[in-house]
Amino acid sequence: MNGARLTVRGQVQGVGFRPAVWRLAQDMQLQGDVRNTAEGVVIRIWGEGTQSFPTRLHKALPALARIEELTMEPLETAPPPGFSIVASDAGGAMRASITPDAATCPDCLAEIRNPFERRYRYPFTNCTHCGPRFSIIESAPYDRARTTMAPFDLCEPCEAEYRNPADRRFHAQPIACGRCGPRIWIEKLGRGAVHLEAFSMLDDVDATGGMILNGHIVAIRGLGGVHLTCDATNAAAIVELRRRKGRDGKALALMARDLDLVRHYCEVSNEEAAALSGPEAPIVLLKTKPNRLPDSIAPGLDRLGVMLPYTPFYHMILRRIGRPVIMTSGNPSGQPQCIGNEEVRDRLADIADFACLHDREIANRIDDSVVRIDLGRMRVIRRARGFAPQAITLPEGFSRDHQILAMGSELKNTFCLIKDGQAILSQHMGDLEDAETYLDSERNLSLYTAIYDHSPSLLAVDQHPDYLSTQRGYALADGRPVVEVQHHHAHIAACMAENGRALGAPPVLGIAMDGSGLGEDGTFWGGEFLIADYCGYQRAGCLKPVALPGGTAAIKAPWRNAYAHLMAEMGWSEFAMNFRELPLFEKFNRQFETVSRSTLDSMIRQGRNAPVSSSCGRLFDAAAAIAGLAWEAQAYEGEAAMRFEAAIDRDALSEPDELAYPFSIPLLKGNGLPYIEPLAVWRAMLGDLILKTPAGVMSARFHRGLANVIVAMAARITADTAIDTIALSGGCFQNATLFTLVHQGLERAGKIVLSHGKVPANDGGLSLGQGAIALAITQSANQRAEETSCA
Amino acid sequence: LAHGGGGKAMRDLIEDVFTSVFAPPGMEDQARLMDASLLEPGAELAFTTDSFVVSPMEFPGGDIGTISVCGTVNDLAVGGARPLWLSAAFIIEEGVEITTLRQIAASMQKSALEAGVRIVTGDTKVVGKGSGDGVFVTTAGIGVIPPGRRMLAESVRPGDIALVSGVLGDHGAAILAARGDMDLTSDIRSDCQPLNHLIEAVLTAVPDIRAARDATRGGLASALNEVAYAAGVGIEITEADLPLRQEVRGICEILGLDPLYLANEGTLVLFVPPDQAVSALAAMKSVPAGRGARVIGKAVTAHPGTVIMKTVLGGARIVDMLVGEQLPRIC
Ligand SMILES: [Fe+3]
Ligand SMILES: [Mg+2]
Ligand SMILES: [Zn+2]
Ligand SMILES: [Zn+2]
Repeated sequence: MNGARLTVRGQVQGVGFRPAVWRLAQDMQLQGDVRNTAEGVVIRIWGEGTQSFPTRLHKALPALARIEELTMEPLETAPPPGFSIVASDAGGAMRASITPDAATCPDCLAEIRNPFERRYRYPFTNCTHCGPRFSIIESAPYDRARTTMAPFDLCEPCEAEYRNPADRRFHAQPIACGRCGPRIWIEKLGRGAVHLEAFSMLDDVDATGGMILNGHIVAIRGLGGVHLTCDATNAAAIVELRRRKGRDGKALALMARDLDLVRHYCEVSNEEAAALSGPEAPIVLLKTKPNRLPDSIAPGLDRLGVMLPYTPFYHMILRRIGRPVIMTSGNPSGQPQCIGNEEVRDRLADIADFACLHDREIANRIDDSVVRIDLGRMRVIRRARGFAPQAITLPEGFSRDHQILAMGSELKNTFCLIKDGQAILSQHMGDLEDAETYLDSERNLSLYTAIYDHSPSLLAVDQHPDYLSTQRGYALADGRPVVEVQHHHAHIAACMAENGRALGAPPVLGIAMDGSGLGEDGTFWGGEFLIADYCGYQRAGCLKPVALPGGTAAIKAPWRNAYAHLMAEMGWSEFAMNFRELPLFEKFNRQFETVSRSTLDSMIRQGRNAPVSSSCGRLFDAAAAIAGLAWEAQAYEGEAAMRFEAAIDRDALSEPDELAYPFSIPLLKGNGLPYIEPLAVWRAMLGDLILKTPAGVMSARFHRGLANVIVAMAARITADTAIDTIALSGGCFQNATLFTLVHQGLERAGKIVLSHGKVPANDGGLSLGQGAIALAITQSANQRAEETSCA
Repeated sequence: LAHGGGGKAMRDLIEDVFTSVFAPPGMEDQARLMDASLLEPGAELAFTTDSFVVSPMEFPGGDIGTISVCGTVNDLAVGGARPLWLSAAFIIEEGVEITTLRQIAASMQKSALEAGVRIVTGDTKVVGKGSGDGVFVTTAGIGVIPPGRRMLAESVRPGDIALVSGVLGDHGAAILAARGDMDLTSDIRSDCQPLNHLIEAVLTAVPDIRAARDATRGGLASALNEVAYAAGVGIEITEADLPLRQEVRGICEILGLDPLYLANEGTLVLFVPPDQAVSALAAMKSVPAGRGARVIGKAVTAHPGTVIMKTVLGGARIVDMLVGEQLPRIC
């Protein structure tokens, strides 16, 4: 009898893949076996119709399985009797297949709601189609003994399910039930009186809901970390939460029990509904319906971040709460969220009134992911729970032979491990300057290194010598070569890699609209047009370089950028003469009482702590400040730009094109580089201020003008070249309006546009680009060496 | 000034401006040095050199002469040495006023007397206009480390307490203001002063000081990072405990600078065993140069090589060593 041997790679271990194969083999009456190996899952089959097996397998895939690669070869040997699942080879589980955590599946949800099921109201119910994975893994390969479920011995019924290939829980490592698994309890933290009526409810889960409804702030230890929750309709509770947590204006996320409830507060498109309900269960940024929830949830913004419950526990708590609740990370602002019970008691005692804790340890801290739907596609803004550490297969042409570690950025740090032609992008770590985050990311890096058995021969870092990630890269290198990658080249490479652009494909025009990153000329870049492939780039255009008076202080305070931009062409005397009546003039004068104008002028003139930057983020800050939507130091990164976009008057987006603000494209003195000049824009904005044009209209005109000029610049650069593909990256493309207008404009001009989906356009994607570039450079250097030796 | 050619004019200049001020007559190219402390068995020689370039040459609290002496004296002192002798070499740009040179020489001698050291040898060169920037001064210093003294950054152990001798950043802020081109008005004076007496005073009370550093270029942040790296310990400091003048804070806010990285020229960072922190603090406060002394943090086992500051907002941030200027790191 003729047989076949199939090797399957991808997300195929720990997700119920072998039982699915087993069931399919039973169905097709095939003989053979299936086993996990280090190379992937190996299936051997004998019988009628083996050729159609791959097609049928694709259709029978369990929810979380994903096939990256399937090879099939004939087998001459004799078949075993029947079909069996063979125990894994020692250390045979594939290391590169650690699965992200997944939201509770419909089957498990039905069980916890059914009083006749043995897992009725059991908060840790899971199966091979759902539940914790990455958040509980301590080392590789993934099996129960190496997870934080290890201390819980299986009871007999659970053991039977675990052993039964026909069961949904066959080899579900975190399998548990009320008899043998972890449990939950509520306790009082440092402040607030105990309300006995809340405790008298059905159980501690219900009591938690009761506390929230009573206006308390409750810390809930969840899947990848601890949340702070309160009633999202209770404005006083929200104010109190912000005060205790020390969180100023930054938006708070919400959780609501089901889609219907979400729809009451937000507009939800079909794609958005699908994103909310997917196994990743991210926070989705949705258009807010006006006046239904307190403004203090997301001050000045037009979107709310909402997610659906993704563990049985959240489902149970929210079942009786017909309102959304605030779900923000359990930490004093700016620090990583707590994960341990003791940490909660220690660090959150001054923030939360009660804590709902459990006894399953969280091995890997992982935040909620944040996504948005733009142009019909999911755009990940913060890539964490549900997405990380899913491997990204590098495009065609990339070698499988090299192991590389890319260190990422300073803010929104992620790191990236490259091995076997796969890129494993870490979850969002946060801002490294925060000591907790820094130390946590160090621990995470060791964990990833161990889990993936990674030993890089090369490290990739940003060119900024002071990034803590760069310094760590050099410290870790210990003699191994380090490749320094230009910030915006890395952004563009991340976009190309995510979109499967082959190594060796012709260069693209990369447009990076970003905050700022160090450029090769020692100035700060941030609005860049780079003709780029993986191996190199050439700067073909940029936004106007303008001083950042006060460096970091200028990045934080929009008025400094407004001043620098206005003074870049128009002196103070001209501004004062023509615009004396504007409130803007008054605002500057008030500012000069603390920071003298001549100090600012000399900082700019002499470049003293006033580095020059072509940043797009700072251009937005300047515009937001002039439009009156931001002024002093911002509460969080990107606030000014986000408020500026949120203010857009949608009707004004369809004004006649002449009203869009007039950017121009002159050439830079010195190097002759074309640049985007906003001078006429400022004059138009100041004119609009005199005419008392609403800020929302000004914002629309600014966005359209900027999008138009970006498209025009792209056309100019690519004219007379063969470049037909444009890659968009950088944090400013998270501005949905700018992104959509630029994308559409480029497509109208006949370009192929690459943009980000599952990899963030912001610095969270940087390490992927660094890794791809380092690998490309290594391969081309090796190739050259070979050619030389052959010649 | 136009004394580039050497010869008599040059000799006159040297004699008139420098030698007569610094030394017993007849300062020579080679000095013959003798001190009783050299004879102590187990004593070690300490030898250091540094060049000084500062603009402006004169600033509130001192001038290039003051720092060129204090800098080298302090370099010796933080290594546990008693500074004894200095050399001084000058590169003078043509056109510098003689009065300026006299002023520099006077400041050097004043600081030398204060520190109890002698300037025993030197050299002077004049370069053409445009080939220098006023006056460059290079000093080298020799001191003696008494037997048994061991003050090394690598000796710091977890648990050791970190102290500073006074307010931070005054020198850096004074220089910024004195440049006059930033329209910053301030009364801040440079902290420029010799620290050897202060260190000796502490050593009398706490003979086993683990390490001392003067927080010069790169400020407190760099000094602490050097210690953390050399000793393989973590260091934790508390923002609220850092002595900073309101005016220095103000200047930093305007210019967007971090005071932790501002230079000092007379501020000592000390590490002492935990049980001796109280006596060390008292000893520091008993000397004028240490009146503003404070405990600012401690060495820890966790996060070796890394300096962490607990902020006033309740967070904690990494304080690292900067490679160059304070370049923004925010994307
Ligand atoms: Fe960036
Ligand atoms: Mg030196
Ligand atoms: Zn399930
Ligand atoms: Zn059980």
